[in-house]
Amino acid sequence: MAPDINPLVLLFASIFTSNILLANFLGMCSFISISKDMDSANGLGMSVTAVLTITTAINWVVYRFILIPFDLLYLRFIVFIIIIAATVQVLEMVIDRFSPALYMALGIFLPLITVNCAILGVALFMEIRGYSFIQTLVFAFGSGLGWWLAIVALAAIQKKVLKAPVPEGLKGAGITLITIGFMAMAFIGFSGMLIVQ
Amino acid sequence: MEFLIAPIIVALLASILALIISILDKHVNNYGDVEININKGKKVLNVKGGDKLLTTLSSEGVFIPSACGGRGTCGSCKCEISTDVGPILPTEKPYLSTEEINKNIRLACQIKVKKPLDIYIPEELFNAKEFSGIVEEINDLTYDIKEVIVSIGDESIDFVSGRYIQLVVPPYGKIKEYTQRAYSISSKPSEKNKVAMLIRLIPDGIATTWVHNYMKVGEKLKLIGPFGEFEKSDCNSTMVCIAGGSGMAPFKSMFHDMLEKGEIDREVWYFFGARTTKDLFLLKEFQEIEKKWPNFHFIPALSDSSPDEDWDGEKGLITDVLDKYLKTEIDPSKHREGFLCGSPGMIGACNNILNHNGIKDIFYDNFS
Repeated sequence: MAPDINPLVLLFASIFTSNILLANFLGMCSFISISKDMDSANGLGMSVTAVLTITTAINWVVYRFILIPFDLLYLRFIVFIIIIAATVQVLEMVIDRFSPALYMALGIFLPLITVNCAILGVALFMEIRGYSFIQTLVFAFGSGLGWWLAIVALAAIQKKVLKAPVPEGLKGAGITLITIGFMAMAFIGFSGMLIVQ
Repeated sequence: MEFLIAPIIVALLASILALIISILDKHVNNYGDVEININKGKKVLNVKGGDKLLTTLSSEGVFIPSACGGRGTCGSCKCEISTDVGPILPTEKPYLSTEEINKNIRLACQIKVKKPLDIYIPEELFNAKEFSGIVEEINDLTYDIKEVIVSIGDESIDFVSGRYIQLVVPPYGKIKEYTQRAYSISSKPSEKNKVAMLIRLIPDGIATTWVHNYMKVGEKLKLIGPFGEFEKSDCNSTMVCIAGGSGMAPFKSMFHDMLEKGEIDREVWYFFGARTTKDLFLLKEFQEIEKKWPNFHFIPALSDSSPDEDWDGEKGLITDVLDKYLKTEIDPSKHREGFLCGSPGMIGACNNILNHNGIKDIFYDNFS
């Protein structure tokens, strides 16, 4: 049975208190590598949000109407991954054909996020926590927004860090990881407010 | 029969998804037949759209140099596209200068062919082909430089001395992908069915390690080329040529070519910089050329020779030796041109010396 959580609460929780990136540490690799430039960070955040919402919705349907009736829960990992990969491929082709402007903004990042663990993570969370369809949609969308918020924030901080006198040995990945640590601490400050996990 | 349910369902799901993708690929990703007009009608290709420009061109036999094989990591497949194909992609940005962006230079591996395109590529790229070769000889020239001679069988290669060729390195050891690296051709243009290269071992270099430690005589490999713009000028100027290490290659080709064509009235000064006698090679070959060609002067110089070495040639940094000769030996009243091949550091330093001595026409082949 779906837990009794108001979708609005779930939306806020997934953006702030259980941010997929800073509370659950999922989707780290693209987070670190693409956060150097604000435009790219924005585009990537947008495409993660879109892909998360679409694939998690499809995954919920497959999970609810195929995996549960046939008692195939143990196949969920492989099935979810196949669906994510195929959806990303389809999205890329369709966007490239019909909206060059959108392709410029987020399409070129699509191949990068096929293997983003946040996407699979959200699909698995919705299954573990037994969300209803509406809750799933809200949770996926909120997680995407949370990821987007985090990467844009990191890109903004990185811009400042560039001008700061960072010790030689910490330049690059070192200072980025420390920054992410501080951001995670800040987000953990939200954690008492809403409890969904 | 219950155990069949899982595989059937997974198979069904996968095939439905595959079907959707292939239908979409056929219809959405189908841009029909597209015309690519190269160099204002010099060559017009009718191709199927939907693929990247780089792969589309190479399947039609037009090879744009590419070191990474189209993954957008080397930035060498630049070409001018005068048709509007949309703004510069974030994946291209790091490789293009503002000047190039203004000239509509794009990375061919990032541009999808969706509509008729007008592109411009250097004329000589039409001449570039893919050659299948067999390694005929591998000769040790010094402890870290090998001469590799590749026979290309019945095919023949047309090139001007100074051009380079891309060597396709197959996967080996821990390297899982094909890699391409550019090497100047050291054989002369009249040897149409072989290609020679001088390859210096670079620690941890993917291609050079393969050549030095894995490649064997009789091995089959692919070469793509010729490419490049480095060549001797057509006038009768005094050529001041400077090379270091495997930068010897284009000059070896050039001088043999000139000798063969009887262009021996031209005055040539060839400076070759090395650290110790261990780094010197082909001395005899150039001394032979000197005998046949009175206006040819070969000046090897050692920067790091120890007093007990048997060396009576020039000593000191190549830049100092060059400066000395420019001031004392090489007639400044004649038009002098500089030709450089070697590491970026050496080229930069020699460029300065040439400039200081009033030489303005300088051509170079940078290793980078």
